[in-house]
Amino acid sequence: MTARVGVVLFPGSNCEHDAVEAVESLGGKADIVWHGATSIPGVDAVLLPGGFAHGDYLRPGAIARFSPVMEAVGRFAADGGPVVGICNGFQVLTEAGLLPGALQKNAGLKFLCTTVDVRVDSVQSVLTADASVGDILRIPINHFEGNYTCSAETLAALRSEARVVLRYVDNPNGSTDDIAGICNERGNVVGLMPHPERASDPLLGSEDGLVLLRSFLGAGARR
Amino acid sequence: MSTTFDVLVEVSLRPGIADPEGSTVERALPALGFNGVDGVRVGKAIRFSIEAGDEATARTQVEDLCHRFLANPVIEDTRVEVTPR
Repeated sequence: MTARVGVVLFPGSNCEHDAVEAVESLGGKADIVWHGATSIPGVDAVLLPGGFAHGDYLRPGAIARFSPVMEAVGRFAADGGPVVGICNGFQVLTEAGLLPGALQKNAGLKFLCTTVDVRVDSVQSVLTADASVGDILRIPINHFEGNYTCSAETLAALRSEARVVLRYVDNPNGSTDDIAGICNERGNVVGLMPHPERASDPLLGSEDGLVLLRSFLGAGARR
Repeated sequence: MSTTFDVLVEVSLRPGIADPEGSTVERALPALGFNGVDGVRVGKAIRFSIEAGDEATARTQVEDLCHRFLANPVIEDTRVEVTPR
């Protein structure tokens, strides 16, 4: 597997090295790309990592969507390139309009830092292609704004088009329809709140994130 | 000839959107002896000034700014006050 993944670093990102490590552990290559870059040449896939881009000021992702790199990410996505946003990266993708809906504050009033079970509910995305529907994956979550919400029409579309890729087995944050991760119409842009890069080695307590990252690298390698 | 307008934008969560900060404030009030307070919602106030030819133009620009940046229409509403300086 030789996909080259561009891991975008915004001021305030804090999971970029974990993502690089996980990609490299699977034999992929990873480059950290500064948010000020206006192009992302030579990458086969783009990963927006977790953290607090631009301090989460105004709203998580609200300012990151104006970072110069996001125009290049938008072009890459429009061209069918695999893009995944993890946690804060998911929030950035919704603010940028690359995924529908929004992440509101957790219903339980608490910042959540724990490990949860998520179920693969669609394999029609670059992140879940190598998994099987019904797989239960044990993956850490770490967020305050992880409660996915969207209009009734958007939810109906997500459901009928099998675009809810991951659901919580035991909903921790009040997320609509237990949604933990969704994809766009083409399945090449995926956002999820759980952190697969933190479930990528037995030492971390789980390797269940690897199947997701392997799918993502595979999609990149096929480009 | 342009005028300076002072702008106040109030951003609030739309009805039905979880407001943990508001709920927490509300739950703390009885401990201070404030009873009967209901429906606490915490939002944001954003103030700035803008140069525009007239108030209608200023308001149109501010509303566009709100829609595209200051608020996320999926979860937030805005209220705009525009006052000539």
